[in-house]
Amino acid sequence: MRKFFEFINKLDRRVIFIFVALAIIIPLLRPLNIKFTVTEPVQGFYDAIEKVPQGSKVLFSCDYEPGSRPELFPMTVAALEQMLRRNLKVIALSLWPAGPPIVEEALSDVAEKQFKSKYGVDYVNLGFKEGREVVMVSMGSSIPTTFPQDFRGTKVSEIPIMQGVSNFSDVKLIVNISGGYPGTKEWVQQVQARYNIGLVSGCTAVSAPEYYPYYQSGQLRGLLGGMKGAAEYEMLVGRTGLGRKGMDAQSMAHLIIFLFIVLGNLAYFSLKKKKT
Amino acid sequence: MTYDILGIWVAAFFTLCIFSFLYRDNFFYKLAEHIFVGISAGYGVALQYHNVFLPNLWNPLTKEGKLILVIPFFLGALLFTRFLDKISWLSRWALALLIGIFSGAAIIGYGSGDLILQINANLLPLKTNSLLTSLNNLILTVGLIACLIYFFYSKEHKGGFGFVARIGIFFLMISFGASFGYTVMSRMSLLIGRVYFLLDDWLGILH
Repeated sequence: MRKFFEFINKLDRRVIFIFVALAIIIPLLRPLNIKFTVTEPVQGFYDAIEKVPQGSKVLFSCDYEPGSRPELFPMTVAALEQMLRRNLKVIALSLWPAGPPIVEEALSDVAEKQFKSKYGVDYVNLGFKEGREVVMVSMGSSIPTTFPQDFRGTKVSEIPIMQGVSNFSDVKLIVNISGGYPGTKEWVQQVQARYNIGLVSGCTAVSAPEYYPYYQSGQLRGLLGGMKGAAEYEMLVGRTGLGRKGMDAQSMAHLIIFLFIVLGNLAYFSLKKKKT
Repeated sequence: MTYDILGIWVAAFFTLCIFSFLYRDNFFYKLAEHIFVGISAGYGVALQYHNVFLPNLWNPLTKEGKLILVIPFFLGALLFTRFLDKISWLSRWALALLIGIFSGAAIIGYGSGDLILQINANLLPLKTNSLLTSLNNLILTVGLIACLIYFFYSKEHKGGFGFVARIGIFFLMISFGASFGYTVMSRMSLLIGRVYFLLDDWLGILH
């Protein structure tokens, strides 16, 4: 046993990398179909969108860049699918500079190709606006003034979906997909509390512990945390995206990391005990 | 279509270059790193110019005649005086305005949207109709008080006060563990995303 622990203690970290790589590649090639259940915050996210009356306008703020794409893009397309299936009018925007092209891709995949929705009538991409919290506050006064034109350069006054949209009181729900700052925290602080409007969030797993208190306090009606949240949400929406496909790999990678943490600690304490 | 395939091959090559660092630092990793930094900087400048400067300032000022925008244009130009030692102090005017606006927005948002509502949300009844809810509320209340006492430094952490502070440490450790777990999950998700790209988009061996 001592030899085994010494071997573990001196183990080259690259060996661990190989195990983690195998734990990810094998389940992707041969899915294990590990079952998982839908948690309450994810159900809350789904229910909040379901409760919005059909035909209502929803603000869809995708505040992230390609760095967070694997975690957040699956929930972006799934949320779009649920909203368009319910015939909600989607007003998309981004407070991150590289966000609008990702939004365009999601809209193209889901709205254009899957639902054959009409740009400007069923959905619009307002693009990016610099200013972070100040943009949120400004939208509270006037959305058309804050975003005078959409991502394609069309004047907002000429876009049918934007007719009658003045400020937050004209949208029924804010759906935020957040990669960090500015994101969910700022939407809660600057908009939800001030205008008392419904807000749901999908965020990276790193941010999730920071946002759970907002769900617990009722400031967020629902929360999707990382790829696990995306997978649960995809299950509710009935979509098989990267969230669900990646769950087996994620579970196996976590198992490998867990095993190495346990083995590493056992080896460390066992050898330390023998030295003393 | 050809450009799409070329794009996938380039992305796959640079992904593998970055992954090669897991073995050890090498030429391919450095190459990918330098190209990434250069492209990011260029992309950032172009993006800010086309998405921020032109639609928010230059076009409304020159094409729509919104002369009021001369003020932000002037303040923005002042930021560049930092490059001139003799008048670099002028940049502080614009910075002061920026800091003032962002601080004001952040303080109001934090006070009304975070602090007050979070305190309100943590004043929970310890006796409810559900045993589990009561237990949850009790754990949350004890954890909150213990953590607050741990961060109270005006009294030495001794005796009963020190005991509660130590309980606070346990709660903090649990929260750090949960945060670390979520961080691992997040990083694994990113890795899965890249591996999925390599196996599906590049090699096309996933069903």
